Amino acid sequence: MHSQFRILGLFADFDGAFAAIADIRRFKAPGVKIDNVTLKSPIEHPEIEEVLGERPVHIRGWAFIGATFGLIGSFVFFAGAQANFLAQYRGGKAIITVATNIVLSYEMLILFGVLFTLAGFVVGARLMRKKGALYDTAISVDQIGILIEDLNADTLQTTRALFHSHGVLDILEEEIT
Amino acid sequence: MSDPVHVKDINEDIAWAKINADVLRSMKNPRLGYWIAIAVSIAALSVGVAGEVYQYNVGMGPAGLNTSHMWDLYISSFVFWIGMSHSGTLLSAILHIVHADWRKPIYRFAEAMTTFSLLTAGLFPILHLGRVWNMHWVVPYFSDRGIWPNFTSPLMWDAFAITTYLISSALFLFVGMIPDLAICRDNAASGWRLRLYTFLALGWRGDDRQWRNFRVTYLVIACFLIPLAVSVHSIVAMDFSMSIMPGWHVTTFPPYFVAGALYSGCAAIISLFLLLRYLMKFEEYMTFPILDKVCKLTFVIAMVWSYLNLIEFASVWYGHDIPAKEVLIAKASGPYSPFFWGMIAFGMVLPFSLLSKKIRRSLLLLFVISLLLNTGMWLERWMIVTPTLSLGFHPFAWNTMWPGWVEWGIELGSFGWFGLLFLIFVKVFPSVSMYEVKEMVYHRKHVVFDDVEAEIAKLYPIVDPKARGAAQTPDLGRP
Repeated sequence: MHSQFRILGLFADFDGAFAAIADIRRFKAPGVKIDNVTLKSPIEHPEIEEVLGERPVHIRGWAFIGATFGLIGSFVFFAGAQANFLAQYRGGKAIITVATNIVLSYEMLILFGVLFTLAGFVVGARLMRKKGALYDTAISVDQIGILIEDLNADTLQTTRALFHSHGVLDILEEEIT
Repeated sequence: MSDPVHVKDINEDIAWAKINADVLRSMKNPRLGYWIAIAVSIAALSVGVAGEVYQYNVGMGPAGLNTSHMWDLYISSFVFWIGMSHSGTLLSAILHIVHADWRKPIYRFAEAMTTFSLLTAGLFPILHLGRVWNMHWVVPYFSDRGIWPNFTSPLMWDAFAITTYLISSALFLFVGMIPDLAICRDNAASGWRLRLYTFLALGWRGDDRQWRNFRVTYLVIACFLIPLAVSVHSIVAMDFSMSIMPGWHVTTFPPYFVAGALYSGCAAIISLFLLLRYLMKFEEYMTFPILDKVCKLTFVIAMVWSYLNLIEFASVWYGHDIPAKEVLIAKASGPYSPFFWGMIAFGMVLPFSLLSKKIRRSLLLLFVISLLLNTGMWLERWMIVTPTLSLGFHPFAWNTMWPGWVEWGIELGSFGWFGLLFLIFVKVFPSVSMYEVKEMVYHRKHVVFDDVEAEIAKLYPIVDPKARGAAQTPDLGRP
């Protein structure tokens, strides 16, 4: 069975890191797939998607589902509560007060929209996972990391050489299997 | 010497490592003034706790509340603190959406201010209830009693709106802090700080996937927060405007309250900006040009509030509703007139001083002015509640009401409570957003926004998502 590796190259700035990724896309590291490349950085670079390719984000979908659930679910809840509130004399007034319920449902729309957005963020960003890939604390300071996974011994060697050609500061490696 | 107001918002040559170091240092070694501020806050809070314990034991009598004055200082303070909370949303969410990047070094404490203002505001209705042990009755939950709260009451709407605002604002603050919490985690040696930051950072590693999701999440929550903030203070205004008390039944109340909220919040931001700048040695991040922009923003909002205030007076006057008119006249000429004119002086006239460059450069003067602006806004809240209840529809109930020592003590305690929470926050969490300041510095130094697309097209090949499989072909590369 062949060993699988992952490698993390640390670069001084985005230019070096982006140039390395551009070379991977230009097939200068044969066998390395762009989908296996992860950029780690202390800030969000606005052009990351242009460099790595577009990768889907589903947060808005989560927000929409949450907001819809909040709106409809809370309206049903309030209407149900009002319809079952038999201890209160209504005196001819509407049992289910639509205008009032709209105000409250609006608040619940926002609350559940926010809660679902957060849930979508945790899921989509793959947070709260115990086992993390290679990481270096310099990334949270000022260095840019390129993590490449699913490499075999050959591609590991070529990737290492590619990193060196772009002035990598440090390389961390890990054998997965 | 160069004009301090007309230099750049931030030093673009500041190193990222220095940003981390400065902010992390501020959490470990604040100035002596920080500990003095903590002591003052604890002392003020102790007075409030003593007042509440006394009130809890003897009932609501010492608060001075009675039949016509069923509301007083507690509710006006509630409105005041809710108003303070709006600045965080303004500075963080609205300016984030309009890409005003000068907010980046200062939005974190404004968001914290929002959360702690809400926690402070929430105390007042509970204290005002008198029977605090029955507070859970306002919460709609299934019970054997088969009794639900009155969903048609604006006070009930308050409970929903404020709870939603508190949860959403706290989450907004937390989400925005996650990358910084990872920095704290990476720098914490051991002990409770390491455990806390590791837990709160949620395993953040700065991956592009995380950043992409983070960016959209932050934007979406910001979009939710803006209408929420408007609705929250509108609902607080409805507590008054949906009653038929003279002077309260005014249709401009909701926008007037929202403008007042933003105004008092901005004034508080100036006060806290100056305090933090000094206490945490943030002179490099909380700069004069940023302060200048906050002052101008405050002035604009002050003018909107002044306009709406005058509209409210005009509505009462030209509507010729006699009781409402009498209340307005009594405010301006009766026993409460010094406070009314104090409100006008501090709230409407004093903001014009912010037009002066000299004042905007004077930190001490600006600090005093910001406190006076907030005093004006506090008076405005009090003037809404108390004079109206003193001069309601029934002449037999007309009287003059002054808060007692218990009310003043609890009022003072609320400032101590807020101050203590805020000071603990800035000691435990980064009060300047490190990653956003890095972004600000980076973009200002490297990116000419007009040419971004041309630069990208030149440097990096564009990937068509449908052609992801072909993305690795050599044809996509450009020479």
